[in-house]
Amino acid sequence: MFNVMRAELRKLRRPTLFLGTMGAVVFFSGLFSALLYLLIDSPQGNADRGRVISREVLALASGGVQGFSSVGGFLGIIALCVFAAQTAQEYTYGTLRNLLIRQPSRMKILAGKLISMIIFALAMIVLSAIISIATSVILAPTVDVSTELWFSPEGIEFLYTTFINVVISVIGFGIIGMVLGLLLRSPISAISLGVLWLLIVENLLVAVKNSTQSWLPGSQLSIIATGGNADVSYSHALATGGAYVAVGALVASILFVRRDVAN
Amino acid sequence: MPNTAISVSDLSKKYDDRLAVSHINFEVPLGTVCGFVGPNGSGKTTTMRMLLGLITPTTGQGHILGEPIEYPDKYLSRVGAMIEGPAFYPALSGQENLMVLARLGGFPVERVQTLLEKVGLGERGKSKYKTYSLGMKQRLGIAAALLPDPKLLMLDEPTNGLDPEGIQEVRALLRDLANDGITVFVSSHLLSELEIISDHIVMLRKGEIVFAGPIGELMTKQQPTIIAKSLNYSDLSRIAEIAEKSGHHAAIRNDSVHILAPMDWAPILNKAAFDAGITLAQLAPQLPNLEETFFEMTGDK
Ligand SMILES: Nc1ncnc2c1ncn2[C@@H]1O[C@H](COP(=O)(O)OP(=O)(O)OP(=O)(O)O)[C@@H](O)[C@H]1O
Ligand SMILES: [Mg+2]
Repeated sequence: MFNVMRAELRKLRRPTLFLGTMGAVVFFSGLFSALLYLLIDSPQGNADRGRVISREVLALASGGVQGFSSVGGFLGIIALCVFAAQTAQEYTYGTLRNLLIRQPSRMKILAGKLISMIIFALAMIVLSAIISIATSVILAPTVDVSTELWFSPEGIEFLYTTFINVVISVIGFGIIGMVLGLLLRSPISAISLGVLWLLIVENLLVAVKNSTQSWLPGSQLSIIATGGNADVSYSHALATGGAYVAVGALVASILFVRRDVAN
Repeated sequence: MPNTAISVSDLSKKYDDRLAVSHINFEVPLGTVCGFVGPNGSGKTTTMRMLLGLITPTTGQGHILGEPIEYPDKYLSRVGAMIEGPAFYPALSGQENLMVLARLGGFPVERVQTLLEKVGLGERGKSKYKTYSLGMKQRLGIAAALLPDPKLLMLDEPTNGLDPEGIQEVRALLRDLANDGITVFVSSHLLSELEIISDHIVMLRKGEIVFAGPIGELMTKQQPTIIAKSLNYSDLSRIAEIAEKSGHHAAIRNDSVHILAPMDWAPILNKAAFDAGITLAQLAPQLPNLEETFFEMTGDK
């Protein structure tokens, strides 16, 4: 399995993929956090879906990671795309047969792939945390938001829990991507189905009927990243989201282990 | 240690409602070059996939290097293979692609450069795979198959897309490997491509074995043929009729009649044709040739 991981990391280290993804992470983490402060007095709101996050809220101990947690959903989408592409491409390039000839244990292939992609996702999350917090620290004084509480013990604790929550959420999105990749065996279909569902279908459903938020898979994972919201509790999101991911992973791995590799 | 590299009994694979491979039996002795020959769609790739644990057989068993094919992890570390042409990551270089597979199999990465040089890609190893020509891709596939320093090498149409010079090189490489004691199981849809280097031949047609054994045995199975041509195309079927009447199988191919008959029957045919008012433009006994035998065995009559 360790061998599988090293082999996978060799593929993930590819400059266009690695630098491209990290570049997007830097850009969007900076942007999300910057808008929080730059648009603080805008009537259109400074956050997701026109919400307004006031100076008072940003000055709380949790204010420092506000930007980071709001970029979590975006990191999830990137993870979904990367995990889906890295898995499905083995089918479209026909390289899966090479992998299985060198490592016939299909569970080891899956586990090694998953772990190496989690490492990739972690790099992405750490980078995003650094960029979004740095942006916040730089911009807060310019709009009179106090950063005093951010580095209090309570603030540091918020940092840790937000980090953990974003990690759980992003890995969840990634596994869903991997599951789609294994089921559809084509990067384009896996990514377009995943992104279409998460960004369009779920958002529409939630907009039409807010209560769907409490059971839609993508919503659960996004809510985990923000530590729960007014409508859905953190533990509910964790349990429901976890169940989706577990069932998906189970079905996809059974299929992967049993299915003929005929392309 | 058994002395067969591959042994297969009653092996079948059903796709939908059709048997792509139907109850085949054959053996490949250790240390030989075995040609695996059959026309397109005859089931060569399907058989190889079963031998490598990529697809599950519908019936039958197989053993590779003495281990049952249900447990590919017991033998794959000693097997190198390229199935259905080369398949690599286009955005990685040839060298990086091999590195991925070397890591995966736990093989020393120093072998990568040696193998690239062995297949003539030493200088292009750092170029991206997607910039390779078809021949280079094929060579990289062979290099990947050699990574484990295999006891058994399985190559599925490795000369596809190679120019005559490239085909020669691959043949020479395979022969060299066999001389080093590696068993080579190599497929092609052309017998002529493999007859020179093969010790053994397994012939497949529509999922069934039509011949399996030493190549010498195949030679003795060949029947001499007489080829007759006439000036008039419509006379061909009459010539065929004359031959069939005397009990010799005849078939019209292109502009000639192929008659399975010994050489000394040629003068008799000549006279019979003359008596029937047919002028023969050509009458040539043909020495048996493997390709002909191959078509007799695998082609549609
Ligand atoms: N995944 C699949 N699903 C359905 N049928 C298949 C599948 N793979 C192969 N077949 C069928 O099985 C038969 C044998 O195919 P196979 O690829 O083994 O032939 P082959 O001898 O390798 O031919 P070629 O020389 O063209 O490579 C063909 O009729 C093919 O259509
Ligand atoms: Mg084939």
